[in-house]
Amino acid sequence: MEIFEADVLIIGAGGAGLRAAIAATLADPSLTIALASKVLPMRSHTVAAEGGSAGVIQAHDSLENHFNDTVHGGDWLCEQDVVEYFVSQATPELIQLEHWGCPWSRKPDGEINVRAFGGMKIERTWFAADRSGFHILHTLFQTSTKYPQIKRFDEAFCLDLLVADGRAQGAVLLSPSTGAFTTILARSVILATGGAGRVFRQNTNGGIVTGDGMALAYRHGVPLRDMEFVQYHPTCMPGSGILFSEACRGEGGYLVNKDGYRYLQDYGLGPVTTTPRNKTMELGPRDRLSQAFWQEERKGRTLTTPNGESAVHLDLRHLGLAKLKERLPLIRGLAMEFMGIDPADTPIPVRPAVHYTMGGIITDIQTATPLAGLFAAGECSSVGIHGANRLGSNSLGELTVFGRVAGEQAVKFAKEAPAVVANKLVDQAKAAAAKAVALRDQKGGGERHSVLRKEMAATMERGCGIYRLGTEMQETCDKLAELKQRAKAITLDDHSDVWNTDWLAAIELGYQLDVAQAMAHSALERKESRGAHQRLDGFEKRDDDKYLAHSLAHYRGDGPPEISYGPVKITKSQPGTRAYGALGEQLEKDGTHA
Amino acid sequence: MPDPAKRELRILRYQPGVDAAPAFGTFWVENAENLSVLEALQSIKDTLDGSLAFRWSCRMAVCGSCGMMINGAPKLACSTLLRDLPPGPVTVEPLNNFPIERDLVISVGGFVKKIESIYPYIIPKEPRTIAQGPYLQTPAQLAAYESFSDCINCMLCYAACPQFGENPDFIGPGAMALLQRYNGDSRDAGRQKRLDAIHGEDGVWSCTAVGICSEVCPKSVDPANAVNQNKTNSAFDFFLRFLRKE
Ligand SMILES: Cc1cc2nc3c(=O)[nH]c(=O)nc-3n(C[C@H](O)[C@H](O)[C@H](O)COP(=O)(O)OP(=O)(O)OC[C@H]3O[C@@H](n4cnc5c(N)ncnc54)[C@H](O)[C@@H]3O)c2cc1C
Ligand code: SF4
Ligand code: FES
Repeated sequence: MEIFEADVLIIGAGGAGLRAAIAATLADPSLTIALASKVLPMRSHTVAAEGGSAGVIQAHDSLENHFNDTVHGGDWLCEQDVVEYFVSQATPELIQLEHWGCPWSRKPDGEINVRAFGGMKIERTWFAADRSGFHILHTLFQTSTKYPQIKRFDEAFCLDLLVADGRAQGAVLLSPSTGAFTTILARSVILATGGAGRVFRQNTNGGIVTGDGMALAYRHGVPLRDMEFVQYHPTCMPGSGILFSEACRGEGGYLVNKDGYRYLQDYGLGPVTTTPRNKTMELGPRDRLSQAFWQEERKGRTLTTPNGESAVHLDLRHLGLAKLKERLPLIRGLAMEFMGIDPADTPIPVRPAVHYTMGGIITDIQTATPLAGLFAAGECSSVGIHGANRLGSNSLGELTVFGRVAGEQAVKFAKEAPAVVANKLVDQAKAAAAKAVALRDQKGGGERHSVLRKEMAATMERGCGIYRLGTEMQETCDKLAELKQRAKAITLDDHSDVWNTDWLAAIELGYQLDVAQAMAHSALERKESRGAHQRLDGFEKRDDDKYLAHSLAHYRGDGPPEISYGPVKITKSQPGTRAYGALGEQLEKDGTHA
Repeated sequence: MPDPAKRELRILRYQPGVDAAPAFGTFWVENAENLSVLEALQSIKDTLDGSLAFRWSCRMAVCGSCGMMINGAPKLACSTLLRDLPPGPVTVEPLNNFPIERDLVISVGGFVKKIESIYPYIIPKEPRTIAQGPYLQTPAQLAAYESFSDCINCMLCYAACPQFGENPDFIGPGAMALLQRYNGDSRDAGRQKRLDAIHGEDGVWSCTAVGICSEVCPKSVDPANAVNQNKTNSAFDFFLRFLRKE
């Protein structure tokens, strides 16, 4: 097996991983930074982000506003010291991206333009048309090529972390194009592997978003925090789940039910206005909008698409063709290419789909996990800014703010750490490789993993949906336990070395099942309703006495995870009523919350 | 009448070390009316033959993974719907002009090297600190390079380019678009360095102005325009240097 010695190893080359790599090399240009990704960096799912990235820039806005919107939006399950740091660093990072060439949309005078986003009191979302993530990712990737110290391992699939003496010291990679394994030895390791939305059926995520890094850290004893909080985005393509950005509503789009009625006014989000009003109606937060859809569906006020899904209409007609072309070209293209609809003259059928994992690998404010030498940043991590519900456009900011911190901290750790214990680590790598080969070659006419994947996605959707019931969550937990057993006996169609994607998908399924279990068990244990976790079985209210606490899922091998709770850091904002629309405005005036 | 819900896909298969040469395999996909070519391939992989190899991720025409030849033309599989293709069998082959690694998977390393070779980052005219804030850039200045920055690196233009077909070292349309993306940026001063990179025989001059690259581009990047602008730039630049030497 080939061995490569690096100082810092970064797994994942999306927005978070690339930002970490650049920060690491700037922090100490004499170090070797290994950057591994299972796809070419520019294929990472950051590429799909449409709407934009939040950072205070207008004179009448303030860091305090951004802080309050975020903590309030997260239903007070945020680490407030981390949020405070985040909002203070978001704008400098956006400026850094600008200096690196990110083509942010501009005002006529050449200044940065910003747009409204859900749950944000003042417009502060920087955007590059509706391809914000695409441009951030390409800007970071292209900028990273300036630094020869960043040694990329493109299309290299991470099978396991290498841990010795209680310290993360590398990883073992599989090259899909050859079937060969590589051991990377490093004095510190950063996970930046993204989210896990593909464990659900309808989702906005790319095929690669399978929770790999979460599962790897989890299996090595690092708890996954707040995994029950899974965001449903309210406006997605029925069936495929492809996203129509919140920017559609930020630019003024309406959501109407089958009768053409702007139904959000029935769910505490009014008053109705014709032009967008922040934190009101269509600019409410995602959890509330998805919940309103669910209620409309129960009332029989949704429409049914030809493929049998329920939907409401996203109406953009009044924005006019010119604005759609300037601000939402990708959205218009998606509707035209995939649905044969031009939003300039026809409303788009949309419905909620799984979008984002608020929880993830627990880290402190410096992105350090409890496992020495292991750092995590981006969607795979839970640094604590999203709480029970992420606000749109806070995630891209998280990538750069905490990607940078992770890069710098990993360098600091690497410089102080003793040399790696190569022999032990190489033995571990060989064992991990042998295990993977055994899975590939497993005989016995077992099931196809695709069958298990479909059953997993269906049970997650049923048990861990927009609204949840104890009985259904229990069924999901039971089903996942069964699937984990069945997964041991699968047989692949393909036993070859080169581009055996059957094999990679089978390994990913293993990661997904572990992450799904952490989600379902954390959900079952949280006997209250908060943010994206809403129950209908006697726990409809938020319960701060018992559950103003982070859930922590601990891996227990074949058995179910063990769930414990950890404290929430409250600094400035005491938990209050979370309201939007007219009531929200009233409470804010009265100073009753935040 | 053929059943519109059933479609025949003829897919070029090749497994190195096992197959002597690529050959077509035939699959029938059920409930195909509303499927994209990518979804049809996924359904084959999930239910008929798990060994079929192809790249994909975003499913929304933005990650650039799923380029392949569909009925002989370079397309993104995720945004090509079966119902939009003429009735009858659909042929699916790996992108033209690239070495096949397996089935529909081609080698991408050469393309990535080309991108890396043209200094694809801002070389600032006037360096700024974060405290100094963003550069000003008017909408018109943005428009000067914006379309070139929309390239998703899908390589469809390379599969269409006859010049690249003959000379795999030719810098090619996608990388030229990226070069023009930075050369056209009001914040950048790296133009000369990049032009030097494409002076050689594998550079911009190899283009014979067929223009098909722009026709097949799924993102309206218009790489042919980038190539042409740089021919002018390159010629002008060459001329200036000649003068300076005199
Ligand atoms: C459709 C969509 C639109 C969005 N829009 C917005 C928006 O407008 N604003 C906003 O703030 N947020 C948005 N988000 C959320 C945001 O885009 C994501 O949270 C963020 O991009 C995740 O970035 P990341 O760097 O953590 O992970 P990713 O970009 O997903 O990158 C993960 C990396 O890890 C690598 N990797 C994973 N597993 C392995 C493995 N086993 N071995 C090796 N490498 C591995 C991958 O190859 C990839 O390079 C959106 C999300 C989606 C899905
Ligand atoms: S120029 Fe167009 S066709 Fe060529 S790689 Fe870029 S997006 Fe693809
Ligand atoms: S799957 Fe991303 S472009 Fe087709």
